[in-house]
Amino acid sequence: MQRIEASKKMFIKKNKEITAKELKLIANKIRQDIIKMLFTANSGHTAGSLGMADIFTALYFKILNHDPANPQFEERDRLILSNGHICPAQYACMANAGYFPEKELLTLRKLNSRLQGHPNKLDLPGLENSSGPLAQGVSIAAGYAYAAKMDKKDFTIFCLMSDGEHQEGQLWEALMFAGNKKLNNFIGIIDRNNIQIDGYVENLMPLEPLRQKLEAFNCNVYEMNGNNMQEVVITLENVLKNRDKTTRPSIIIAKTAPGKGISFMENKYEWHGRPPKKEEAESALKELQAERERINESDQ
Amino acid sequence: MNLNKKLFLVEDLNKAEKVATRDGYGKGLLELGEKNKNVIGLCADLTESVRMNWFAEKYPERYIAVGVAEQNLAGVAAGLALAGKIPFASSFSVFSPGRNWDQLRVSICYSKANVKLCSSHAGLTVGEDGATHQALEDIAITRVLPNLVVIVPSDALETKKATLAIAKYKGPVYMRFSREKTLVYTTEQTPFEIGKALLLREGKDATVIACGIMVAEALRAAEMLAAEGISVDVINNHTIKPIDAETIVNSVKKTKAVVTAEEHQKTGGLRGAVLELLAERNLHFAAGYVAVEDTFGESGTSAALLDKYGLTAKYIVEEVKKVVKKKQVV
Repeated sequence: MQRIEASKKMFIKKNKEITAKELKLIANKIRQDIIKMLFTANSGHTAGSLGMADIFTALYFKILNHDPANPQFEERDRLILSNGHICPAQYACMANAGYFPEKELLTLRKLNSRLQGHPNKLDLPGLENSSGPLAQGVSIAAGYAYAAKMDKKDFTIFCLMSDGEHQEGQLWEALMFAGNKKLNNFIGIIDRNNIQIDGYVENLMPLEPLRQKLEAFNCNVYEMNGNNMQEVVITLENVLKNRDKTTRPSIIIAKTAPGKGISFMENKYEWHGRPPKKEEAESALKELQAERERINESDQ
Repeated sequence: MNLNKKLFLVEDLNKAEKVATRDGYGKGLLELGEKNKNVIGLCADLTESVRMNWFAEKYPERYIAVGVAEQNLAGVAAGLALAGKIPFASSFSVFSPGRNWDQLRVSICYSKANVKLCSSHAGLTVGEDGATHQALEDIAITRVLPNLVVIVPSDALETKKATLAIAKYKGPVYMRFSREKTLVYTTEQTPFEIGKALLLREGKDATVIACGIMVAEALRAAEMLAAEGISVDVINNHTIKPIDAETIVNSVKKTKAVVTAEEHQKTGGLRGAVLELLAERNLHFAAGYVAVEDTFGESGTSAALLDKYGLTAKYIVEEVKKVVKKKQVV
C-alpha cells in the first residue's frame, strides 16, 4: 500500500464540513474515472456504475466512518456491495479517497489486477466482501449486522443492492431474516434504475409495489432521488439519525438514472453491460467536463 | 487380527456400540460452546435432526434459527465469519450444499470465510424419506471448490473430534455425517487430524480406502477376507480434501490393488479423489469400488438400502477379490 498524501487523508476523515458542491465535484471526477476505466478495460458495466456515482461519493466522502490508511479498523462502518458488477464506481471512490493509487484504476479487469471485474475481498484491502452472484451480499450484510448486535458494536452496515437483484429469492430470505432479527444497524440502499440486462425491470419482471413489499418484510422504507447530492446526503443522515429509534432495518429506494451524466447513455438499458468505444468515451468525458465547469460556477 | 495398535481401535466389532455420527456432531458442538465463545450455531429448521438442539438449549444467545432458507443460511454464516465469529451452519446434505452451492462458492470459499458447513442425513442411510433426501452427490460438488476442506468422519466419536478440530482450523470446511446409528469402532484415544488418513489395519493383497460409515464395513470386510487368506490395508480417509497422498500412495505401491468404499455416487467422490491422485503418480494398480451406481436411492430401511445398493462388507469382499485377481493378470 502506497503512502497516502496527508491532505487526502485529512479530507476523507469523516468530513463533516464537506459541502454539496465539493461532493458534486468529486462525483463528477468519479464519473470521469469510470469512463476512463471502462474504456481502457474494454468491458464492464457502464450504466449502473455511473448511476450510483453520487451515492458512492456521498458514502465515501461524507457519511461512512472509515479510514483509508487503516482499512481494518474495528469501529468502521461496513459497506457491503451486493451487486458487484457496479464495482467501478466503488473502486474509483476508494482510489480517490486514498485506499490505493489512482493510476491503478486503469488496471481494472486486466490480468494480475487487484481490481477484479467483480470485487474480490482478498485482493483489495478496504473491500468488505466478494460479490457477483446477485443477492449474496444481502445475506452477508445481515450476518454482519447480527454479529455487530451480538458484540454490541455501534457501527452501521450499509448494503448496496440493485433493483434487478430483487428478483432473486435469496434477497427476500435475507430481508425476512433482517426484519425478524431486528437488525436496525442494517441500512440497505436499492439502486432503483429500472434496468437489467434483458430490458426494463418493470417490463421484464416487475417489482412494484416495491415499497409495500419491503414494508411487509418489516423494513422501514425511505425514498430519494439518488442523483441529487443534497437529497442523498440529507436522506442518509436522516436514516442514520433514526437508526436507534427503530428496531427495524432501513431500506432506501434510490431512484437513479442509469448512465447518469452522459446524455446518450442515460436511461438506456443497452448500456447495462457494455463499455464505451473511443469516440463515445471522448464525447462522454467532454460532457462531464462541461458539467464540471457548470458545478464550479454554481453556488452550491 | 492385525489392527494398527497405535490407533486404539475397538478390537471386537461385534461388541462395538452403535451411535449416529450426527450425535457426535451435536456433542462436539456442545463442547465447543463451552470452549469458544465465538462459536455460533445456525440452522435451517432442522435443529434437532442435526443435533444442534443440545447447543441451542445451552447457548440460546449463540444459536440462530434462519428458517427454511439454506441460501441465506450460508450467506448469514459468511457475514458472521467476516465479523470474526466461527459459524457452524447446519442442514441436511441434500439442501446444504445442495441448495446453496453458489453461496458456498462465492460468499464462503472465494473469501475464505471461516464457515463450517456441517450437514447431516448424508447418503442412503437416511432411509424411509427416500431419494430426494438422500445426498449422494455432495462430496463431488464440494471437493471441487477451491479453499474448501471436505471431511467425512467415520463414526460418532470421530465426528466429535472432527467438530472440535475444524473449529480450530481457520478457513471454510464442509463436513457430512449421517442419521442412522452406526458402529463406533474408534475409542477416545484414537487420533484425529485434518488431512491425515489412518491406516487402520495392515495387509498385503489390496488396499481398501473408505470414508464415513463405510469404514466400519471395510474393517468387517477385512476380517471376512482374512478368513479366506486375503489380507488388506484398510485406510480411513476421513479428509477427502486435502487428501493424504502419502498414506494412500504408499499403501497402493505396496498392494498394487485398491478398492474405494463410500456412501456416495461412484463419480466425483472418494473414488474420484483417490483415482485422480494415483493416476498422477503413474502407478500400476488394479482398481475397484463400492459406491452407488449412478442412480437415485429410494425409500426403505437403512439396512435394506445398503444391501440393495451394494454398500456393505460383503460387497467390499467381492470387489477386493476381483481386484486381487485382476492385478495378477496385469
